[in-house]
Amino acid sequence: MKKLSIMVMVMALISAAITGAIAQKKVVCKVKGSDTCLPLLQKESETFMKNNAGSSITVIGGGSGVGFAALQNGTTDVAMASRSMKMDEKMKMQDAGKNNIKEVIISYDAISVIVNPANKVSQLTREQLEGIFTGKIKNWKEVGGDDQTIVAYSRESSSGTFEFFKEHVLKGKNYGTGILLMPATGAIVQSVTQTKGAIGYVGIAYVNKDVKALKVSYDKGKTYIEPSVQTAMNKTYPITRPLYLYYLGSVESKVKPFVDYILSSDGQKIVQQEGYVPLGK
Amino acid sequence: MRKKIRKYYEKFVEGILFTSSTITSLAVIFIIIFLFSEGIGLFTSSPVEKGSALYVNSNNPVKKLRSEQIKKIFNGEIMTWKEVGGTNDSIFLFSMDDISKYYTEADLGSEFENLPQKLNEMVVKHPNILMFFSEKYIPVNFKGTRLPIRNVTLTGFFGGKEWYPTTQPAAQFGILPLILGTIWVSLGAILIAFPLGIATAIYLAEVASPRLRFFLKPLIELLAGIPSVIFGFFGLIIVVPLIQKIFAIPVGETALAGSIILGIMALPTIITISEDAIKAVPRSMQEASMALGANQWQTIVRVVIPYAKSGITAATILGIGRAIGETMAVLMVTGNAAIMPHTMLQPVRTIPATIAAELGEASYGGLHFKALFALGIVLFLITLIVNTSVEFIRDKSK
Repeated sequence: MKKLSIMVMVMALISAAITGAIAQKKVVCKVKGSDTCLPLLQKESETFMKNNAGSSITVIGGGSGVGFAALQNGTTDVAMASRSMKMDEKMKMQDAGKNNIKEVIISYDAISVIVNPANKVSQLTREQLEGIFTGKIKNWKEVGGDDQTIVAYSRESSSGTFEFFKEHVLKGKNYGTGILLMPATGAIVQSVTQTKGAIGYVGIAYVNKDVKALKVSYDKGKTYIEPSVQTAMNKTYPITRPLYLYYLGSVESKVKPFVDYILSSDGQKIVQQEGYVPLGK
Repeated sequence: MRKKIRKYYEKFVEGILFTSSTITSLAVIFIIIFLFSEGIGLFTSSPVEKGSALYVNSNNPVKKLRSEQIKKIFNGEIMTWKEVGGTNDSIFLFSMDDISKYYTEADLGSEFENLPQKLNEMVVKHPNILMFFSEKYIPVNFKGTRLPIRNVTLTGFFGGKEWYPTTQPAAQFGILPLILGTIWVSLGAILIAFPLGIATAIYLAEVASPRLRFFLKPLIELLAGIPSVIFGFFGLIIVVPLIQKIFAIPVGETALAGSIILGIMALPTIITISEDAIKAVPRSMQEASMALGANQWQTIVRVVIPYAKSGITAATILGIGRAIGETMAVLMVTGNAAIMPHTMLQPVRTIPATIAAELGEASYGGLHFKALFALGIVLFLITLIVNTSVEFIRDKSK
């Protein structure tokens, strides 16, 4: 009698486990790429795995380019990127016989230009920013501030933010040789806090009360837009970039539940908590 | 029987000792071979990324460009062909990514099969074009001419003043500012650490009471155990603003900040080794000096220090050897701008900081990767010279 009841219990447990697994979406995949996306995807995968037992999602950084290379040679299922796939990367995918690439925008990231709170200047045009970071504008009085040397801080060249800023604000020109390169975003904020003539750029999540975020104009000074989650969401703030996921059409059914979760309202809530800009309705 | 076991035991221990030393030596040799084989490749490479090349219209009189000229053209500093020895026309830049501005993906075909033909159209249509493209897509009967580009040279590498390792299409590998930055920071560190370290060592060995010494010595040795990134943050938050205020300069991330942090980091090595050297001065020498009527200070200056000179020098050089290779702390406080340093109050970029900051993103086996390994060779040679000079000084004094 006792034996029988144990058997029944075990059977019940097994069947419960099986039906549970069917009801939940089990995803096993690898995500690789941009370091900017890394903290977001880690958080998303953690929550997803908690809600969907049996899922296993590995998230690895390395940079957007690394992610695309891994997608091309098949060592990852999903590539995360802080820039869209370049023409030559598409060509390489083509050569590797991987066509039908799916691109999904999962959130936005706004880059704020920050200065020391003691600085009089509160807005700059893109042309002025280009002048400052290419080393042509050297004093704050040239852009309407006090007579003070400009100290420009940038991220190291290995960072995707470095490339993005170079492409979109400097229009592909090289940074000046006198620009200080900092190893971490936190170090830029720290330096801007304690240096009067400082200017730097960081993700919007890093802006705190010890630094001042500048309004930026992309139409030669007609309108200046303040960086905020709202202006980034309605796309009026110009230094905003989408964050992408890329995967092959052949694995779509495998990774879709996870991608859908990120795009769902729960997933987008995490986007906002982590300091990124959600997609909006 | 017992003798036999003992014999085998000795053989066994001997074998283990031999194997460990062989493994160590092999590891060192292997790493050095790896370093050199990756680094030397830089000088047989073109500064343009592999598989790509620059093309002009065949009628263009310009047949050659230097890598600095290419950089200036893509930077917008050179706008017309006249400035590089051609006609008065403006330069029309065209690279791989621009193709989508002129043709739709449908035009190019689903597998880019029409691309070569479109490239030919572009080059015929624009006589003032400068194309940067993958060699693979260049058609057989191409109407353009490929521009030859000189390889990276030794003089360009050591004498160049510009470090733009990731600039497309022509990277700039001039390491002079990096070498000078490294030497600058290390020299400053010696000037700070040497007097401080020697004074502390003499105090510990000759003056301090045994109880004080019991507390001080472990404390100083503890300094060596602090992770370098902590030193870096300490520098960024305390030393950098201090320098900025004292010298009233716009930026505190300077060579001096790096020197101070490295000086502090070199202290434990300098103090411990020179204290040992001072302690090794025979008691009889000091007693003889005292017996002749010299007081304690005279004995230290005239007898102890001259006797321990070689040990103290070795200590200093070893301390600096550590400072030269230090990465993380320097990365945080020197500002890392690759400019030619003129004073200690300017930002500098050192070789180890450059390697640490850039190696992560350099694609394996690529041009940038090789350049960083070549930098590694330079650093290796500098440390080799420093360490050999220690041996030399030690041998000479014996």
